Amino acid sequence: MAPTKKRNVSSELNLKRAKIDLDGVVERLLLSRKHANDVFDIFEFLQSEKEKDVLSAVSACSRLFSTLLERKDLFIGKLPGEEEAINGYDAEEKYRIFMRHRYNSCLEMLLEHLNHELHEVKESALCCLMKFAAGEGQHPLEDMDWREHYSFPRELIQAVVDNLLSKTTDNSLLISRFQEYLEMEDVRYYVISSIRVNVPKVMEKTKGAVLSVYQNNVFSLMSNINMPSQKSEMTNFMVKQEANHEDWRAAKLLDHKRAFERMWLGFLKYKLPNSMYKKVLVILHDSILPHMSKPTLMIDFLTAAYDVGGAISLLALNGLFVLIHQHNLDYPDFYQKLYNLLEPSVFHVKYRARFFHLANLFLSSSHLPVYLVAAFAKRLARLALTAPPTALLIVLPFIYNLIRRHPSCRVLIHKPGTEDKPLEDPYVMDEEDPAQCRALESSLWEIKTLQKHYHPDVAKAATSINTPLSEQEDDLSKVLEMTTYELMDRDLKQSQIKNIPLEFETATELLKGGGDVLKQHFCLV
Amino acid sequence: MGKAPQKKKSLADKVRRAKTASEIKNNPFEVKINRKKFDVLGRKAKHDVGLPGVSRSKAINKRKETLLKEYKQKNKSNKFIDRRLGEYDAKMAPEDKILQRFAMERQRVHEKKDVYNLNEEEELTHYGQSLAEIEKFNDSVNSDDESEEKGLLSAELTASHFGGGGGLLRKKTSGEEQEEQGSLRAKSRQELIEELIQKSKQEKRERQVQKEEAQELTEKLDQEWKSIQALMVTKTPKSERVDKPEEKPKLEEYDMMVRELGFEMKAQPSEKMKSPEELAKEEKEKLQKLEADRLRRMMGDEGGESTQSRSHMSADDLNDGFILDKPDKKILSYQDGEWNIGEETEEDKEGDEEEGASGEEEESDAEEEDGDDEEEEDEEEQEEDSSEEEDGHSDLESEQESENEEGEQGDEEPQKSLTKEELKAQQDAAKAELPYTFTAPESYSDLKDLLHGHTPDNQRLIVARTQKCNHPSLAVGNKLKLQKLFGFLLEYIGEVASRSPPELTTVDKLIPEVYTLCQMFPEAACQAMQSILGDAAHSMEEELEVKGHAAFPTLDMLVYLKVAALLFPTSDFRHPVTTPALLYISQTLTKCPVRSLQNLTSGLVLCCLAVEYISLSKRFLPELINFLTGTLHLAVQDKAALGYKVVPPFRPSGKYSDLLVSSSPESCRSWSRKSLSLSATQHLDLTSDLDRNHYRLSCLSTCLGLVKTCCLLYKDLPSFSHIFQPIRTLLSKHLSTQMLPKPLQELHSETLEAISSAPVTHSQLVFDKKKPIPLKLLTPKIVEVLDYGKKRGCTREEREKERLKHKYKKEFKGALREIRKDTRFLAREKLDEVMSRDAERKRKVKELLGGLATQEGEWKALKRKKKK
Repeated sequence: MAPTKKRNVSSELNLKRAKIDLDGVVERLLLSRKHANDVFDIFEFLQSEKEKDVLSAVSACSRLFSTLLERKDLFIGKLPGEEEAINGYDAEEKYRIFMRHRYNSCLEMLLEHLNHELHEVKESALCCLMKFAAGEGQHPLEDMDWREHYSFPRELIQAVVDNLLSKTTDNSLLISRFQEYLEMEDVRYYVISSIRVNVPKVMEKTKGAVLSVYQNNVFSLMSNINMPSQKSEMTNFMVKQEANHEDWRAAKLLDHKRAFERMWLGFLKYKLPNSMYKKVLVILHDSILPHMSKPTLMIDFLTAAYDVGGAISLLALNGLFVLIHQHNLDYPDFYQKLYNLLEPSVFHVKYRARFFHLANLFLSSSHLPVYLVAAFAKRLARLALTAPPTALLIVLPFIYNLIRRHPSCRVLIHKPGTEDKPLEDPYVMDEEDPAQCRALESSLWEIKTLQKHYHPDVAKAATSINTPLSEQEDDLSKVLEMTTYELMDRDLKQSQIKNIPLEFETATELLKGGGDVLKQHFCLV
Repeated sequence: MGKAPQKKKSLADKVRRAKTASEIKNNPFEVKINRKKFDVLGRKAKHDVGLPGVSRSKAINKRKETLLKEYKQKNKSNKFIDRRLGEYDAKMAPEDKILQRFAMERQRVHEKKDVYNLNEEEELTHYGQSLAEIEKFNDSVNSDDESEEKGLLSAELTASHFGGGGGLLRKKTSGEEQEEQGSLRAKSRQELIEELIQKSKQEKRERQVQKEEAQELTEKLDQEWKSIQALMVTKTPKSERVDKPEEKPKLEEYDMMVRELGFEMKAQPSEKMKSPEELAKEEKEKLQKLEADRLRRMMGDEGGESTQSRSHMSADDLNDGFILDKPDKKILSYQDGEWNIGEETEEDKEGDEEEGASGEEEESDAEEEDGDDEEEEDEEEQEEDSSEEEDGHSDLESEQESENEEGEQGDEEPQKSLTKEELKAQQDAAKAELPYTFTAPESYSDLKDLLHGHTPDNQRLIVARTQKCNHPSLAVGNKLKLQKLFGFLLEYIGEVASRSPPELTTVDKLIPEVYTLCQMFPEAACQAMQSILGDAAHSMEEELEVKGHAAFPTLDMLVYLKVAALLFPTSDFRHPVTTPALLYISQTLTKCPVRSLQNLTSGLVLCCLAVEYISLSKRFLPELINFLTGTLHLAVQDKAALGYKVVPPFRPSGKYSDLLVSSSPESCRSWSRKSLSLSATQHLDLTSDLDRNHYRLSCLSTCLGLVKTCCLLYKDLPSFSHIFQPIRTLLSKHLSTQMLPKPLQELHSETLEAISSAPVTHSQLVFDKKKPIPLKLLTPKIVEVLDYGKKRGCTREEREKERLKHKYKKEFKGALREIRKDTRFLAREKLDEVMSRDAERKRKVKELLGGLATQEGEWKALKRKKKK
């Protein structure tokens, strides 16, 4: 321990010295142009192996060049080559060209640092770059002549985005840091455009193959974009345009939306890894669809996802629901597909709560045919035989609600006059068409079975079919998000019972007791 | 005018009198039928038929006898009363009359004469008892003879007994005596009585004489006896009566004895010794009660919670906080030279040995008894109350006590046993070195230090001794110490189980101690167990949130789960420990993916635990079936075209889905069933392919065994066929029997048979029959009505007043009517009188006038004659 400490101390000393040193260099640089060549010292630090040195150099750079930008000490307009600059320019100009060149190389280095392995370095580089971007926006380095009227350092942003969307390293942390810049309307707009440019460029190169790291980065950047919902909210700009600010595209909500839409469509056009599919679908209804100018453009993506099956289909439901509900989408055989989505795995996937919430919404219509509702109820009941208790606590009230909404489904739990005619369950589980599955002829014996479930809450919930159901619908929202731990915690917390029953059979051995099942199959050694 | 009706009436009366009652009643002219307004069923009307004629004549007669008499007597002050004896008695014969009168006369005379006459016949009495006899009361002999006179009833006797009043009779008889000579007629009867009296007198006299003689004789005898008495003093001191100073101490002794007997605790009527059958029956009942209790909790009834006994006791539990501990047994067994071997069998016998605790032990324990212990026993016996009532016969109690002492004297006990031990102690000197008292560990590391380096048996011994030395009844803080000890023990068990290799034998040995401590402090045990479960569940939850799946629990957690099942009832509908534990098991079975044979072993252990948890209650555990299906799926070779679906954590196909596929027929042949090791959940070392295949087959056999057990457990569930449908398809279509060794093939077919034997048809569901809700009925309010149509007072007094007023009015009216009738009657009588008087006068006047007329006529005729 001791030696490392010492080393730490020494490095700190080093750093301090370096800092003082760099600060001095910056001071000198800013003070007089004599020391212009000292800038190379800073670059030396910037390229050093020691992260501390790099960090201090970055901050020094940021100070130096932002001051220079403010002073307009950097060459404005088309930059001539360094060799060319030697002649034909006066000393002032030469100095500016020189500094502009240094600035450019500094930018290059910083962009390189965006792929540094240390997060601190990346972060500080990013901050520095954005600071430069802000400075450039304020004091454009280009000639106003050939540019359109709005000054924005698009090249710089494009370069930053290109570097952020790395193909090899997961930049999600850095991207979340970048989010604060995305709050600014113009930055957001130009970042969106940059992504739009970047994605096809990269994906075309790989011929549409899956690049999980890259796509991950793209996704995290895109999902970090918080779109404004109203024009009036758009007040936060990095660069204020003097003239025609209102006409600037970055200041128009519709343009934002269009760009956003095109960005997502461009991204979703390519093949995505399964996990990415899920991630996209999870946020789709919430943070993508509302900000699109034409949400119906998503229909292809959603139907494709709905047909994938499994969890992805479940998630696609949500987007579909929004489209059906708000954008008048007509989806043929929707309920049959929903019916076929019901598989044992729906009780085990992470998005169970969301699925049941939506299924509840879809099945809340009172215009559904009875056979369909009965088929759903029966299928859910059958699947409940493999479900964990938390899912059962959702499914049972769910089925009860179905029966409550459609009183003709009551035959599923109450078919009087048939007690003496026992029959085999007529329900056909493998039938894909809910109309053909003969659910209405069946009874919910599965719930009867669940009355013997080991968890008291489930068993209690299952006993409700013994008596006519109450009028009031059960509230699903309370149970939807419950986890097993919460369920267990209930029992653990409410243990303030006075008498704790104890086992009366004396325990003598570890493996004995409880029918000796463990002893039968296992031994101690 | 007045005459005619009177005549008529009297005639009618005469006629009526002559007629019989029935004749009158049958005569329709006599009968007046009172018309009724309503016919009331069941009411007997008293006055439906009236006989007005009869009642009128009755009333008239009555008045004639009373009112008329009074009227006639009116204004008449003198009265003549005839008081001659028997004057108006028509039944008396004139002779009797005369006789009685005479007797009266005599008596009067006699009374005057006899005032001062002290005749011997006359007996003086006091309170009806003859004074002569009272005088004799001091005579002791007399009382003896009383019986002789019993049953004798004579005139004298009655006279003497009932005092006065008899005089009259006697005088009369004496009067008759004299008269008797004269009158022969009455002689027969009078004489007889007289003779009887005479005879009895004579007898009495004789008896008196005899009595006197006897008395004299006894007195004489007494005198003589006294003279001899002095000679007999020394021989028979007890019979003496005179010698008082000598007699006194003996009397005291006797008194003392009497008193002692009086004050001595009477032998309580104890219950009779119970025969072995009765004992067995009692035992059975107790077990039945416990079982019923368990079933009630299993069904989840909340009702009887309050009546529930404080904790569950073993059937053999003596309720003294001590279960006869293993160390004692061990010492005994050690005597026999068996230190480690006979362990299990002994424990099985434990109950029997407790029952038949030898007399020797009892005695020795009784000697050790001291004050403190007694107090404690009292306390503990109070605690016992209810359960002791049941088996409170003396023998068992004493046994209990003796065992209590055994428990409480735990620190002395080993010493005693040490002396026994010394005979063979040389064999194992190290064990004898084990100290006998331990301080309770204050922290977990203390406990670890304490147990470090000892054999499992010794560790248990240490824990047991610690527990005994710190029994809560010995000091105030001990309860807390032992509660802590329980927590430390659990921690220790966990640590021991997670060592590599796991020292499960140590855990096994410590189980009885843990159980005992748990029985002592259910709350603390519950809390400790809950915190373990809560922590484990929480860490798993966190892992799940991050990764989406979790690793199988380590061996210590498996051991904890098993220990929880040992300490707490698994069949309860809801239990603060076992319900979360089962939930934890099910959670692990759904969330932990199987990635190695090691994982699979853990999973199978968890499955076994799950089966144990539900073995009594037969509750449905879907996760268990899912896991078993998944495990069987791992053994399926061809994963294409499955007729079933596997549930997470298993996947239909993938990297780890061929874990149990073993293809070499050679390994099938050489495989033999042996139980898996618990430590395989942590560390599995399978070097050769053969070993691995063998292990796979073992896992498969365990899995199939569990499936079979589940089949039997869930046989009665209505959806049995659907629950086991995947397993059935899997076994019948995908898991070919040819690839399996013989025993597994059998198991395979048995399981399939068990699945297909269940009934597939069920009657459709209907709601539970419910009692129809009765209509709302309003019971009529019943108000007591005393007088209809009358204003009723509210209070009792008012009502009473009202009633009295009414009664008065009725009476008043009645009286008025009666008075009117009386006056009418009187007026009639008066009129009658006047009429009769008038008629008389008229008749007389007529007579006179007639006489005068005749006279006149005669005179005129005479005058005419004269004229002529």
